[in-house]
Amino acid sequence: MRKIICFIATVAVLSFSANVAMAKSDMVDIKGSDTLINVVQKLAEIYMKGHPGSTISVTGGGSGTGIAALVNGKCDIADASRGIKPKEVEDANTRGVDPKRVVIAIDGLSIITNAQNPITKLTVDDVGKLYRGDVKSWKELGGNDTPINLYGRQSNSGTYDFMKEVVMKGEYSPNMKSMNGNAQIVEAVKQDLGGVGYVGVGYVKDTTGINVLQVAANPSLGYFSPTNSMDVKSGKYPITRPLNQYLNGEPKGAARDFIIFELSSEGQEIIENEGFFAIPQEYQRYNNDLLGRSGEPEAKGTKYSVNGRDGN
Amino acid sequence: MIKKKQLTQMLGFNLLRICALLVILILAAILYDIISKGIGVISWRFLTTIPTDGMTKGGILPAIIGTFLVTVITAILAIPLGMGCAIYLNEYAKDSIITRLIRMSIRNLSGVPSIVYGLFGVILFVQLMNIGACVLSAGLTLGLMTLPWTITASEEALKNVPDSYREGALALGATKWQTIKTNVLPYAVPGMLTGTILGLSRAAGETAPILFTGAAFYLPYLPRSLFDQFMALPYHLYIMSTQHHSITKVRPIAYGTALVLIALIFTMNLFAVILRYKLRKVKTE
Amino acid sequence: MAKNNNFKERFIHGLFLFNGLLVVAVLIGIFILLIVKSAPVFKEVPLKDFLLKARWNPTATFIEPSYGMGSMFVGTFMVSIGALIIAIPLGIGTAAYLSDIASPRVREITKPVIEILAGIPSVVIGFLGIVLVGPVISKIFGLPNGLNALNGSILLAVMALPTIISLAEDALKSVPLSFKEASLALGATHWQTIIKVKIPAAVSGIVAACMLGMGRAIGETMTVLMATGCSIAMPKGFLSSVQTITSTIAIELGEVPYNTTHYYALFAIGLVLFIMTFIINMISDIALHKYQKVTK
Repeated sequence: MRKIICFIATVAVLSFSANVAMAKSDMVDIKGSDTLINVVQKLAEIYMKGHPGSTISVTGGGSGTGIAALVNGKCDIADASRGIKPKEVEDANTRGVDPKRVVIAIDGLSIITNAQNPITKLTVDDVGKLYRGDVKSWKELGGNDTPINLYGRQSNSGTYDFMKEVVMKGEYSPNMKSMNGNAQIVEAVKQDLGGVGYVGVGYVKDTTGINVLQVAANPSLGYFSPTNSMDVKSGKYPITRPLNQYLNGEPKGAARDFIIFELSSEGQEIIENEGFFAIPQEYQRYNNDLLGRSGEPEAKGTKYSVNGRDGN
Repeated sequence: MIKKKQLTQMLGFNLLRICALLVILILAAILYDIISKGIGVISWRFLTTIPTDGMTKGGILPAIIGTFLVTVITAILAIPLGMGCAIYLNEYAKDSIITRLIRMSIRNLSGVPSIVYGLFGVILFVQLMNIGACVLSAGLTLGLMTLPWTITASEEALKNVPDSYREGALALGATKWQTIKTNVLPYAVPGMLTGTILGLSRAAGETAPILFTGAAFYLPYLPRSLFDQFMALPYHLYIMSTQHHSITKVRPIAYGTALVLIALIFTMNLFAVILRYKLRKVKTE
Repeated sequence: MAKNNNFKERFIHGLFLFNGLLVVAVLIGIFILLIVKSAPVFKEVPLKDFLLKARWNPTATFIEPSYGMGSMFVGTFMVSIGALIIAIPLGIGTAAYLSDIASPRVREITKPVIEILAGIPSVVIGFLGIVLVGPVISKIFGLPNGLNALNGSILLAVMALPTIISLAEDALKSVPLSFKEASLALGATHWQTIIKVKIPAAVSGIVAACMLGMGRAIGETMTVLMATGCSIAMPKGFLSSVQTITSTIAIELGEVPYNTTHYYALFAIGLVLFIMTFIINMISDIALHKYQKVTK
């Protein structure tokens, strides 16, 4: 019996000390947005393959969780699919944290419905009505007489906040089912004839069983799809948003190296492969200023105007 | 008249038989589903590599190691404190208010929900003691949760040591502590450990207490010290089935994780049962 | 020499006593820390509103944030009572079977089965709720998905069963043999003896078993988090999604910035949960005590 205990203790001690040898300064701790987690994990994996010795850990939890962790000093980079709120900036400052933002990708927040739902386009107002609970049946929007089943995220999600502030301009209907993440929303809408959900555009790429609705800010100006890169980057698709990473102060050291990778053409290509969109020139300039880099950014798209809430 | 009584009895007995059968069927269904859908994923690679490709491929090694490490910390806290409390209750305590208070506390602690232990762990270990969310905090939290279990099991083991052992030693002039050390503990410790292992197997499967005290979604490295976060089997199962970005794609991995988890718990239980059996043999020799 | 020994003995005695008191300290500590961490919320929200108002919406920005546990209570009670409706008859029936009808060989097989069932972690049961029970429920009732109160009740019943079965069986086994013999001597059948004599005699033990089962159901987190659909609206029936007290804590604690009203509110609902399970445990204790008195 004693021998077994000694054995277990030895194994535990050994497995710790083997790892303590690794330098801790190279570690980057990223927490936050579920919208971003897939693509940032991919970026981290590829970065670590190309830079042996570096360690990047990526955890989810929602944009709110990430920013809270940054404010509490518990992570290096906070992934956020929304802008930081004034109250969060205040909290941060009282703790001596100075949040700085980097924009790594552009998202066209996609409204999805079941593949058998005949409706293919809606106005931003209609989407707001759906999620505020002002309409109960698809008939009211010109579809079948099926009850509307709302799927959304939880309050820790940046996407949840973004929808509320920008599209709904009101509170969520209490009948909305709060799912844990983008993937769950997609699964739910696939199985629910009356379902509707909102997910980052990276989650609708190559997905069957759902319709990605075309959305118009103003019907007379036309309906646009979030899967069309031109329409998203030019701002024609009305529900676009920057995908952000927040740090404490200007990026330094290992975190800065990783961010530079994310913003490089290789990194931006990975982002596009995952279904999101590369950042246009204005954001490249803004990022370069933050990183203290000079030189003209590579021209990647046409001039871009932000239609969503920016946060800064 | 007599026939009705017999008929009612027959129906009644069969009703009870069906109840028991249903319970067995429930377990059978659970085990069948997990084993059949999980066994295909299990391989040496699955058990010894880290997750890759956004956790859609690769293995669950960090989760296995994390669960192992946090269970060791749990044991370090729960075993001595549990045994000590049991020794006090069975060997020293007289029937007083304090004793009754201790027993009442034990019973109540065993009924406290696991998420409340998690909250307590966050307040005490993560914040007040500023250890942060890590293996140590999670292990201590689970240790507190396992305490009632180890105390009860240890007390049972102590009770099973015949009083004559104690009286014999005392009659020879030994002090109380000497009596316990030489005439009681050696016979009780194996039984204490059996119960403790069962308690530890429960702790290994718990998720709520480690949600906020240290479990992490994805770490590309194994925990390097007690103060690092860690991946854990139950938490891994939870995120693979709810929060992952392609939950249908990783469903097989989720089944594999579930199978590894219950296999681990089953093995610990089996170990405890074999230990108990071996002890009975030793005692009767 | 003797004095040294005496001091050493007293010291060791004190050490063990300290160890015992530590357990009490933990219980009191949980209570006090929860109170300290949740007190600030009651400066902003009156206790009655906190407990009774239906709507929990702490992150509202267009309207006043509301902190009401109402729909959470309903969700918790629905799944718990639903679980008991399934688990109590099934559990007592199995217990009666094991204590009175089963042959020793059957008992040898069934007891480990129940122990194994008890050892299955809550997260695995929750997982099965998503992959096994959910699709069945959605097929039977024609729902888009099977994540609702009914699913939660079934899963919680499975989790509460081992507790109820073992305690009820203990209670039935402890009914003095004389009761059974007297009943049979008077001409009652075995079945009538079980139903009319043994079960009533063991009722306090059985009640204690059910209360502990209920305590387990109320305090369960992962199972309900994964299988009940998590919709904070007041549920309309067992086929609606519900959110329990435990799920709310699990969902929101990770994201809330430290030391905000929302943060304190989460500890407050933890405190309420603690008090609820504490009371249930006390009642079960009293019932067990009464039952032990009766059979002495």
